[in-house]
Amino acid sequence: MINVLEITSTTVDWSRAQFALTAIYHWLFVPLTLGLALIMGIAETCYYRTKKRFWRDVSRFWQKLFGVNFAMGVATGIILEFEFGTNWSNYSWFVGDVFGAPLAIEGIVAFFMESTFVAVMFFGWKKVSPSFHLASTWLTGIGATISAWWILVANSWMQDPIGQTFNPDTMRFEMNSFWNVALSPFAVDKFFHTVTSTWIIGSVFCIAVCCWYLWHKREVKLAVESIKIASWVGIAASLLVLMTGDHSAYMVARTQPMKLAAMEALYHGGVDQGLTGVAWVNPFVQADYANKEEPPMRIAVPHMLSFLATHDMHGYVPGVNDIINGYVMPDGTCEPSLKQKIEMGKKAIVAVSRYRKGDTSKVNRQVIAENIRYFGYGYVKSADQIVPFIPVNFWCFRIMVGVGCLLILFFAVSLFLVYRKDLSAIRFRWYYALALFLLPLSYLASECGWMVAEFGRQPWTIQDMLPTWVAVSDIRAGSVALTFFIFLVLFTTMLAVAISIMLKEIKRGPEHSIVESNNQNSES
Amino acid sequence: MSYTFLQQYWWFLISLLGALLVFLLFVQGANSLIFVLGKTPEERRLLINSTGRKWEFTFTTLVTFGGAFFASFPLFYSTSFGGAYWLWMLILFSFVVQAVSYEFQNKLGNFLGVKTFQVCLVVNGIVGPLLLGGAVATFFNGSNFVVDKMNIVDSFQPVISHWTNASCGLDALLDPWNVVLGVAIVALSMILGILYLINNIDDEVLYSRCRRNLGYVSGIFLALFLIFLIHILLKDGYAYDPISGVIMLEPMKYLYNFIEMWPLLIIFLVGVALLLYGIIRTIMQSGFERGIWFVGIGVVMVVLVLFLIVGWNNTAYYPSNADLQSSLTIVNSSSSEFTLRTMFVVSLLVPFVLAYIVYAWRSIDKKKIDRSEISRGDVY
Repeated sequence: MINVLEITSTTVDWSRAQFALTAIYHWLFVPLTLGLALIMGIAETCYYRTKKRFWRDVSRFWQKLFGVNFAMGVATGIILEFEFGTNWSNYSWFVGDVFGAPLAIEGIVAFFMESTFVAVMFFGWKKVSPSFHLASTWLTGIGATISAWWILVANSWMQDPIGQTFNPDTMRFEMNSFWNVALSPFAVDKFFHTVTSTWIIGSVFCIAVCCWYLWHKREVKLAVESIKIASWVGIAASLLVLMTGDHSAYMVARTQPMKLAAMEALYHGGVDQGLTGVAWVNPFVQADYANKEEPPMRIAVPHMLSFLATHDMHGYVPGVNDIINGYVMPDGTCEPSLKQKIEMGKKAIVAVSRYRKGDTSKVNRQVIAENIRYFGYGYVKSADQIVPFIPVNFWCFRIMVGVGCLLILFFAVSLFLVYRKDLSAIRFRWYYALALFLLPLSYLASECGWMVAEFGRQPWTIQDMLPTWVAVSDIRAGSVALTFFIFLVLFTTMLAVAISIMLKEIKRGPEHSIVESNNQNSES
Repeated sequence: MSYTFLQQYWWFLISLLGALLVFLLFVQGANSLIFVLGKTPEERRLLINSTGRKWEFTFTTLVTFGGAFFASFPLFYSTSFGGAYWLWMLILFSFVVQAVSYEFQNKLGNFLGVKTFQVCLVVNGIVGPLLLGGAVATFFNGSNFVVDKMNIVDSFQPVISHWTNASCGLDALLDPWNVVLGVAIVALSMILGILYLINNIDDEVLYSRCRRNLGYVSGIFLALFLIFLIHILLKDGYAYDPISGVIMLEPMKYLYNFIEMWPLLIIFLVGVALLLYGIIRTIMQSGFERGIWFVGIGVVMVVLVLFLIVGWNNTAYYPSNADLQSSLTIVNSSSSEFTLRTMFVVSLLVPFVLAYIVYAWRSIDKKKIDRSEISRGDVY
């Protein structure tokens, strides 16, 4: 048999870089799609109920911006599904039996709904009844949200794999409980945390655009009414994000303790752990976790990390070194050391190999069953391979949380100003500037959330079961590097055009706004 | 429901999705002819607004086709996508640029100009069907890959599927038979595109230009398709023993598949008849606009049958020329019984999905697109 395998660490690095690049670009557009869908749905509902032309203009205006963003989301999204096959082909076989199902369901159930009704929404204003049009607008948003559900189910399963067993006859993991996969607590939490965070982006975007109009003394009514909607959506969403974020941390502590340790730069854990507010963690160099007790200049809130991770002020939280060396939980359960996990992983690999060569004895199957949980560790050589890059996790987590808290305050101020003050007054220019400043920050926070989720689980494509260097395809590094740069150029160009078009659309403003403002003048 | 039934059922669904995808390539076909059919900017905008209301169905069907293949036959997903890297990447690049071309081209702020995105649509219109056709042709002609599941327990070389040359799948285009089907699919998508435009646009100038071009592309398609059909009927096919799973070459396997699964032969012939009827009547009868329905249904039937004869009746649907025993069959590459059964339940939603697509589609298409609509807004 011919054997020309070409796997090198460079192939793995380029494959990771390409997936990260395409995912980061995709996530620039998804939040606005989901967030604006809600806002334009509410605006069109106002039109349907009041029959006022003003609300029709408002919803059509937001739909125009939605359209540009939606096209980019679709264009960047198709790559991600196929990249599992093109760049992570071993992964596709090893867990495709479990992982493929959510992707297929997304296509059948959600993506068709989204793409069918988005066409009615854009082109159907004069062709279908107002009620059908309203339903189409909501169904576009609902389709996109259901789509997010299945994608996040798939992602959550990689982080916390449940509902599967290993089948040595087929050499892969196979699903044994669809509901465990589809409704895993990790997935439920991730869905609500992610989707509500997209509503925040939609709200900040909406308020920022409106503030630009107020700054230029244009579209005042549209701006004020839209800020009212966006502020309510934003405050509700940011409180929900806070709630689900708390639960996310609890879930991560249980299923991915290394990720939590990296987020906190917690080198040595224990009971009564404080939550780090700030500390000096060099953003460009992997932290010296093996030799240092904790990062310098650390300021922490006492007991808070223990509380977040265990819901007990005195709870035990393992640090990076504890996870490497093994630890005993307060309830007496032992977590094996890395060395022990590697041994168990190797036992699993050898037993599977024996099975494939004909040793189907009960004893061998027992060895597989007992050790398969640590299968991926059989490919690990040293501790540094299982410690994620701490600085990225540490700083991204702080940016996400910091901006998130700032946004709660911002939406509260927005609500107060829009209902109690005349927001069009020139003295509120500081508010307009703040809104415009927070727009890129909220995007940054949103991307940082994904950075924490994905960098924090390195090197695992499937937690504890499949490291990246075993999941990758057999392709030359040069090929992946070339497609990486093609994507970079293509997506950056497309992004530049999209931003340029959006800015022009915003400058142009909603259609019929002249008629509307004339009416306003005559009314006044 | 037995495991065997589920494997056959899922191959049927994949085949149906593949057939629908080929039909929906009318979007690409029409786009590839933007500059041939549209002589003025207004005419081109009319064409783009006609296909622009349907492109998402093609796109979504492609994504669902990929997702369904992943869920039901993950070893194909792993082997073909990971091995034929450049073939699939080129297909994806062409669909990426298509996705933004409609929305961007006529908007203020598009600093790349209208023509850039129209060229992108033409590129997608030719490259997409050509490479998809070439990829499907490898189902009959084979590819150069090896699958060895034991690799996964080798910590130095853990990848189970790999291509045996450095072409990353582009070697498929060196096989003239793959190119023949690829070009045939390009021509077919043009036929479908022309017939769709005839049915969807109310414009005398475009109508007569469409009819004039229909004859040329139909001639090319029919000649190439006939050559490819004769080739696959006479060539050795890839069969497997259902008991041992051993794969072997069998003379005229696909011809025998037609004969042994004769209902498929009937569907195939009816499909060909509908296809020819739709084309000929559109060319011969001035004022006939509904050819897309006959040709569209015919294409779905023909492509469905071609997919089925390459996967059913103990046939290896993704043969390997490098190592015959690595060839993929619907038995050795499928998901587990549990997953296929779960997905069977999900697939029961498909008629509901089709129903709302048809309803929404009809709502939008009640009135044909004309030049006055382009000047009234709600357009690309």
